[in-house]
Amino acid sequence: MADVITYREAVAEGIAREMRRDAAVVCLGEDIGEAGGVFKTTVGLLKEFGPERVWDTPISEQAIVGAAMGAAMTGMRPVAEIMFSDFLACCWDYLANEIPKVRYMTGGQVTVPLVVRTANGGGLGFGAQHSQATENWALTVPGLKIAAPATPADVIGMMAAAIRSDDPVVFFEHKGLLASKGAPPPADHVVELGRAAVVREGADVTLVALASMVPVALEAAARLAGEGVDAEVVDLRSLIPLDTATVLASLAKTSRLVTVEENPYQGGWGATVVSVVADEGFDLLDAPVRRIAGECVPLPFADVLEEQVIPTTEKVVAAVRGLAAY
Amino acid sequence: MDAPELLALYERMALIRRTEKAAHDLFLSGLVKGTTHLAAGHEAVAVGASAALRDDDYVFATYRGHHHALARGATPEECLAELMSRATGLCRAKGGSMHLTKASVNMLGSYAIVGAHLPMAVGAAWSARMRGTGQLAVAFFGDGATNIGAFHEALNLAAVWKLPVLFVCENNLYMEYTPIADVTAVARPAADRAPAYGVPGEVVDGNDVVAVRETVAALAERARAGGGPAIVEAETYRHFGHSRADPAAYRPAEEVERWLKHDPLDLARGRLAELGVEEETVTAADDRARAAVQEAVEAAKNAPPPDPREALTDVWADGGAAWRT
Repeated sequence: MADVITYREAVAEGIAREMRRDAAVVCLGEDIGEAGGVFKTTVGLLKEFGPERVWDTPISEQAIVGAAMGAAMTGMRPVAEIMFSDFLACCWDYLANEIPKVRYMTGGQVTVPLVVRTANGGGLGFGAQHSQATENWALTVPGLKIAAPATPADVIGMMAAAIRSDDPVVFFEHKGLLASKGAPPPADHVVELGRAAVVREGADVTLVALASMVPVALEAAARLAGEGVDAEVVDLRSLIPLDTATVLASLAKTSRLVTVEENPYQGGWGATVVSVVADEGFDLLDAPVRRIAGECVPLPFADVLEEQVIPTTEKVVAAVRGLAAY
Repeated sequence: MDAPELLALYERMALIRRTEKAAHDLFLSGLVKGTTHLAAGHEAVAVGASAALRDDDYVFATYRGHHHALARGATPEECLAELMSRATGLCRAKGGSMHLTKASVNMLGSYAIVGAHLPMAVGAAWSARMRGTGQLAVAFFGDGATNIGAFHEALNLAAVWKLPVLFVCENNLYMEYTPIADVTAVARPAADRAPAYGVPGEVVDGNDVVAVRETVAALAERARAGGGPAIVEAETYRHFGHSRADPAAYRPAEEVERWLKHDPLDLARGRLAELGVEEETVTAADDRARAAVQEAVEAAKNAPPPDPREALTDVWADGGAAWRT
């Protein structure tokens, strides 16, 4: 394997590793076979595993996710691709009503080990219906696990955990990170879902981020270091299970919290993190919490407009300066 | 069909009829809460189709699904206990009337979002094909489901992949309170859609258990042999309203009378007489069904409620409900 791997290549590599070790793992989705996926995240899978394990589908999101559910209930471990996370709305019944509920409402009779992968988020100028960060949609539904890796190594490690999970996992691959590079992880690298990573240690303020916002938070932390503010950055990696223990442990050191979210402020995941901190970590805080999140508007097209909506390093730096002075 | 098999199917239908009547009575006496969607009148579809299936075939049903659970081997006691919120219910009282499921016999659930289970059945058939098991999947659904997107997505994908799945429509003429003919562009809501997907679409008397069995058996054999999916449109009629809240006053009296005279149990009884089965033999089957349901009602009444702690189990495969670490 090469010295570096892109996030995009890591997706295909992560799936391939699991397909090699478990014959029950199969893939389905639009353009995932010969085309290798519109984002080239399934390149090589058809060639290596053949058409009996890599299935091109029609543009039928309900059939894709519904069939994945039926297959998962009967002995397979399907990995379904929904091309853009915006399109999760087209099969939302399966993610809101069917997949997360069937185990519970049958009294534990049925298990649904599937992964729904989807390209999430903005930054590529695709406009309002192909650019949203929708990880908070999934967070509204008890019964779904939610993965959103920020690095190629985490893509591979979390893909392994997601595919091996006996629970349904929605796996958000960030479009803005697809070209990013990192060191490839060793064989059998597994990152357990529900384990946040402290990706920069610091003493003055905790920045909690996810996926594309992790590099934004790290860049903000680097700039703040020049101003004498020592920021710790926590990459949540999963929203469910949510690693509140790592967040609270970080706050015990820093006493200041900023969430950095791409999804809209209204209903964004940071609200859940902050409510846990308010309930259980109030005594740890020396300042108000701040949420830097997407503006509550549809994603606009022009770069100059999109930059106003999605959190930037500048916005994070400004928020932290305000808190540090509190 | 020979007399012993038909008698067995008759007894199963009688068991379902008695169970539905018991569910109705238990609701009126306050022992069943929420709502019910009773399948009295639909028995021949479930029992006839089931008789054509292998024991390991997959069945997916709707919120009007008591008859499918019973046809696949659930007992009246575990069904009624579920309706009565008892710990001994099929789903340990977590599902209720609309979600009867018995996964141990591959009755993989009853779903209350119209049409949602059709793609699931496609997936089970896809899985069976990949695993090479020769299993079939069957989705039972109402006429109303033929106008929802999932029906069409499921049909197309099943046809393109030539999967062993049967789509069995129980056309009881009404989507909830509205005549299906008033809201559907074609006369046969399921069968007339079949040509669009290049699959067979058979119309069958859904109250004739023998006809249902033969139709489903032929299409099941075709599907197992690699011939792909098919639609069965079984014409039937419900004896009760859409749900507990519905007295079904919108149905013309003449229509109700005509269909009640075409009752699936009466039809089977006539066929049994033609086969030379004695009246007493049929009555004995009725008596057994009545006694079994009476015992089931008593057992369910005497069963304990679920442990309140069960509310926080079974979300995840580890049995728990923890959402954070």
